[in-house]
Parts: sequence; C-alpha cells; structure tokens
Amino acid sequence: MSSVTQTPSMLLDEVDDVNEVFMASQRTLIWWRFRKHKLALISAIVIIAMYLMAIFADFVAPYTPNSYSVSHQYAPPMQVHFLLETEDGTRFIPHVFAYNFTRDPVSLKQTFEPDPDNVVTLQFFAPLEEPRMFLGMFEIHHSLFGASVESGERFHLLGADKLGRDVLSRVIYGAQLSLSIGLFGVFISLFLGILLGGLSGLYGGVVDNIIQRVIEFVVSLPSIPLWLGLSAALPPQWSVVQVYLFITIILSLRGWTGLARVVRGKFLALRSEEFVMAAQLDGSRQLRLIFRHMLPSFTSHIIASLTLAIPSMIIGETALSFLGLGLRPPAVSWGVLLQDAQAVNVVISAPWLLLPAVAVTIAVMAFNFFGDGLRDAADPYGR
Amino acid sequence: MTRFIIKRLFYMVPTLLAISLVAFLIIQLPPGDFLSTYVSNREAQGEVVDQAEITNLRNRYGLDQSLPVQYIIWMGNVLQGDFGQSFQHNRPVSDLIWERLTLTMLLSTGSIILTWLIAFPVGIYSAVRQYSMGDYIFTTIGFIGLSIPNFLFALILMVVAFKFFNISVGGLFSPDYATAAWSWEKFVDLLQHIWIPIIVIGTASTAGLIRIMRANLLDELHRPYVTTARAKGQSEFVLIVRYPVREALNPFVSTIGYTLPQLVSGSIIVAVVLSLPTTGPLLLAALRSQDMYLAGTLVLMLSVMTVVGTLISDILLAWLDPRIRVSLGRS
Repeated sequence: MSSVTQTPSMLLDEVDDVNEVFMASQRTLIWWRFRKHKLALISAIVIIAMYLMAIFADFVAPYTPNSYSVSHQYAPPMQVHFLLETEDGTRFIPHVFAYNFTRDPVSLKQTFEPDPDNVVTLQFFAPLEEPRMFLGMFEIHHSLFGASVESGERFHLLGADKLGRDVLSRVIYGAQLSLSIGLFGVFISLFLGILLGGLSGLYGGVVDNIIQRVIEFVVSLPSIPLWLGLSAALPPQWSVVQVYLFITIILSLRGWTGLARVVRGKFLALRSEEFVMAAQLDGSRQLRLIFRHMLPSFTSHIIASLTLAIPSMIIGETALSFLGLGLRPPAVSWGVLLQDAQAVNVVISAPWLLLPAVAVTIAVMAFNFFGDGLRDAADPYGR
Repeated sequence: MTRFIIKRLFYMVPTLLAISLVAFLIIQLPPGDFLSTYVSNREAQGEVVDQAEITNLRNRYGLDQSLPVQYIIWMGNVLQGDFGQSFQHNRPVSDLIWERLTLTMLLSTGSIILTWLIAFPVGIYSAVRQYSMGDYIFTTIGFIGLSIPNFLFALILMVVAFKFFNISVGGLFSPDYATAAWSWEKFVDLLQHIWIPIIVIGTASTAGLIRIMRANLLDELHRPYVTTARAKGQSEFVLIVRYPVREALNPFVSTIGYTLPQLVSGSIIVAVVLSLPTTGPLLLAALRSQDMYLAGTLVLMLSVMTVVGTLISDILLAWLDPRIRVSLGRS
C-alpha cells in the first residue's frame, strides 16, 4: 500500500514540472508543503503582525499605557463613522463622536452619550500631544493613528478602564510582555530540552532511564498549584524585570519536557540510520556527528514543537497574572489587564474589559495553527 | 496483572517522595518562618500570644532544627495525618481540606467523564468521515476550544448566563445549603450547580482528546485488517467499533495520566472565577497570606491525587492491552 520510494507524492500534482519536485531542496519542499496549509499561512501573517505591533507599540498605540482621563472612567467603546457632512458635502473622514459624560447624583450611575455635535476626526500619522520615546531610543512626535489635535478630545475605540485609560493602547503595549514571555520561555525550554533529551537519546541506558523518570515526574505534577506556590514566594519588592525573568523560568520548568521527548525520539530513530553509521565509520567525531549530520535532519521538527509550546506559555502568564501572582501593575501584560475583569459585576457593566482575552485567544490560536502547519511541513515526505 | 500493579505501586514511591520535597520547598521558600509570621499576625490583631503556645508549636514543627530534620518531622506528622496548623484559620489543616478535596475530586472526575463522552464519539466521527463538513466544524470548534483559556470561558459563561438568563452562576450550593450538613437535598442542590464548572473545565481537554482520537483512528483505518474484515462482509459499524477503535483507545487511555494534572490545574483557576468551594480558592488565599502549612498540604494533596490518577490510567491501559502488561511486567 505505502510507497517505498521517498517521493513527496502529495506535491506532485501541484507543480507543473514533475522534475522540479525531485530536484527541489528540503527547504523548498517544506515551504511548498507549508503553503498548502492555508490556515497556517494566515496564522503566520497574524503572528508576524502581532510581533510587529508589540515591537512598534510606542508608535502604533494612540496613547501611552498610563495616560488617563478622569472623565472617561469605564467609557464604552466608541463607534467609528466614516462619512462626515461638511460644508462641501459628504466627505470620507473617519471620525467618532465625543461623549457627554453625566453622573446620576443619586445612584452615581455614569452615562455616556455620544454627542453628534462634538466630532473628533481621526487621521493617520496624527501628531502627539507630548512626544514619546520610541523604545527608549529616540523621540517620536506622531503615532500611527490618532485624533487630530484641534478637537482636543480623547477617543477610545475599545473603551476605557476604571481609571479612564485607553484599553486599545494597553492591549497593544501588553503584547510586549505577553508575547515575549512565551518566546523567552521557549528558548529556555529549548536549551534544557535539547540538552537533556539529547543526552537521553544519545547515551540511553541509565542516563535515559533517569531523565525519563524526571520527565514523567514533572509531567505528572499539576502545573498551576506549583506555579502558584513558586510565584507566591516572590519577594514583593522585586522589580518588574526580575519578576518577569522569574515567571519565564517558572513557565519553562515544565515546558522543556515536551521538547526533550521530541529530541530523544529523533535521536533514537536517527542513531540506527545508515547515513549516521556511514559518518561514524568515516571517523567523524561525536560533536560533528550530532551537529553536522543528525541535528539538521530534525531542526524542522524542533521548530514545530517550539511553536506549539509557545501558546501554553502565553496562557500560563495570563493565568498567573490574572490571579495576581504573576506580573503586577504597573507592568502591562494581557494577564495584568484581565485582573480588572475578575469580578463578574464589573464584566457585566463593562464587558470591553474582557477584550485583552480576545487578544490572548487570537495569539494562542494563531500559534496553534502555525505550529500545526509547521509540523506537517517539517516532514515533506510524509502523507 | 497483580505483579504489574505491585511494580507500578513501587514506582510511585520515588515520585511521591519527590512531590513531598517540592511541597516542603514551597513551605520553606518565603522568608522567615511561619511561627514568626503567625505571632506577628496575632499581635497585629491585638491578641496576646501565650509564650507556652509558641514553644509548643516550635517543638511540634522542629523549627529550631536544620532543614532536613524539619522535613523529616513534617513528613512524620503528615504520615500520621497531622498536616499542621492553618495560621489564618487557626484550625488544623486537616479540618479544612477534606470536604474541599472531595469536591475537587468530584469535579475532576465529572469533567473527565464529560470529556470522554464528547471526545470519544466525536473523534470517531471525525476520523471515519474525514474532511466532511462535520469534521471541519468539529475541528474548528476544537481549535477554538483549545485556544480560549478556561477561566475566560468561565467568565464569559457567567456574563451570558446573567445577562440573558438572569441567573447568577457560581458556587456549588445555594445559600440555604452552603453550610448545611450533608443530606439528599443538599446533594440534589450540588448536582444543580456542578454542571457549569464541569462543562467549563471539561471543554478545554475535550478539544485535545478529539484530535488524539481522530489521529489514532486515522492511522488504524487504512490497515489491511480493516480491509480484510470489510471484504468478509462485516457490517461497517461493528467493523469500526470492534477493531480499529479498540486499537486507537490505547493512546487515548494513556492520556488520562496527562489530562488529570491539566484538569486539576484548570479547575483551580475556574474555581477562583466561579468561587467554588473547592481547593483552588483556598490554595490561592493560603498562598497570598503565606499560610504555608495549608498551602503546602494542598499542593501535596493535589499532586498525590494526580499521581494516583496516573496510576489508575496505567492500570486501565495494561488491562486494555495485553502487550503492555507483558512488556512492563517483564522488564
């Protein structure tokens, strides 16, 4: 039933010239295979966009994360209108209506009424009221989009939080911590995973047995109670950066096990391959054998597993911070933002505070699809 | 089989020891010892702390001894059922945890059963009708389910339930029964509340299990023995359920071991959001107030629970698959 020759058969009918497939390099084959997984391709674009947004947060966000406005506490999201009646007729000018803010003197209930006379026009490359530092390097005087200065009003496309801070800007800034923790955590996991998984697969025997028992032990622990226990021991006077590093390490303490398993499995499978034996007989040294001959044949698998390990780190950070045991304000991460949405009555009256959760979900889903596509593409000779 | 179980029980010993070390570490990590925290807390509340009581507690936990000795004393106490004193509640830890642990176990078991009830048929369907409309729908729902953190799902469900059905979700009992003694009515009341957290906790792992079941079954469906059975005129339903599904069940069962820790973890955050009277909120409160004996005991018990769950899944697996039984019993 199965074909004996290693032909990337599913690609054959895609390419005009059959010979192209046989001559294509491994990398080209992987790319062709990945290209077929449309969702993974879209996810890759989404991920790139999110990281760009995080890197350029200072430029993309209309407000800085801590700028606030007392008259906009719990202001709901503003609706964007595109066509504006001017003296010259209807023009395409994106704008929002500023809110008329009233507070009921008895019930203290706040109401926000869009005021059709108070038009706030939006524009790209809007000048900033105060110049900001871009990544702490140089001053910028414009943001990607914003309200034109003459109106002098604030606009909140995704609403504002309890202090009147812009939710959209905070979500954009939150991406910096939330998305990078996953990335750093995965690199620590990668280091541990390759080291221990490699040792395990390479030497086998007692070493393998011990490392496998350790992995089984780590996996059998319920992660959240442990994370909670460890992060509760954080000294409260630690700075944001220290907490950040500590949380990353905590998250990767568990993350490495999956990678170690993949690496070990691959080492075991490759050990008996002919080309490894050939290299051995040719007198190649152990290190060269690993890095020159064995590693290249499963880097793609490692990258795929890495990608699939990131989402659980993102969720881990969100969960820890949400419970108040991870990052703490003034740090801005998606988990920290969600702390505001802990109480049900707040969520019911201000559901837009749950929007950071949408960002988490999109990021996690994109990484899952992307990793799925990579895993399929990592072995272009498979089904 | 007996030999296998004994062997497996024997394997558990080092794991349990390691777990107890981790729990002890969590007790020890915060600066200062608990007694000083305890005393200062009590004094801050304007109470006079009896010197004899302090000495008594100090001796009981061996706080003036070295760390290894303290660990041995603590372990000895735990093995005798003395988990220490909760400083915040000023009661023995064992008084506080049992009912909550039982409820946590009930919740986890319920979630596993729900997960299986959904994942099993849906996984089979998705594999047998691969690339059908239904398969695509389930796959999409599955991926979304994988991506939404549990506690957010709980929050959204609460808001929806409140806004559209005007019921307040949360807790496991109505106020009338919360402190009442156990009775049939209280049990019925529990059943009326417990299904929401079970759905919330169960959905996350369901998505993963559907994927596993589907992939396993797909590997089996194209095997020659399936073709043979079909050629012999076996009806399609019996054919699939009797052979490939049985084969595909193996990795499925072995995932219980991994599902259980996830469920326990997931249930903790969900429990905080839904304010369930389970271990989650208690653990969180204990960690926040550095009530370390309570926290350490809870981490210990939760970990032990998952290790026992893994053991059960291993035994099930061996019972299901003679090959594993033989190879594990021999090696």
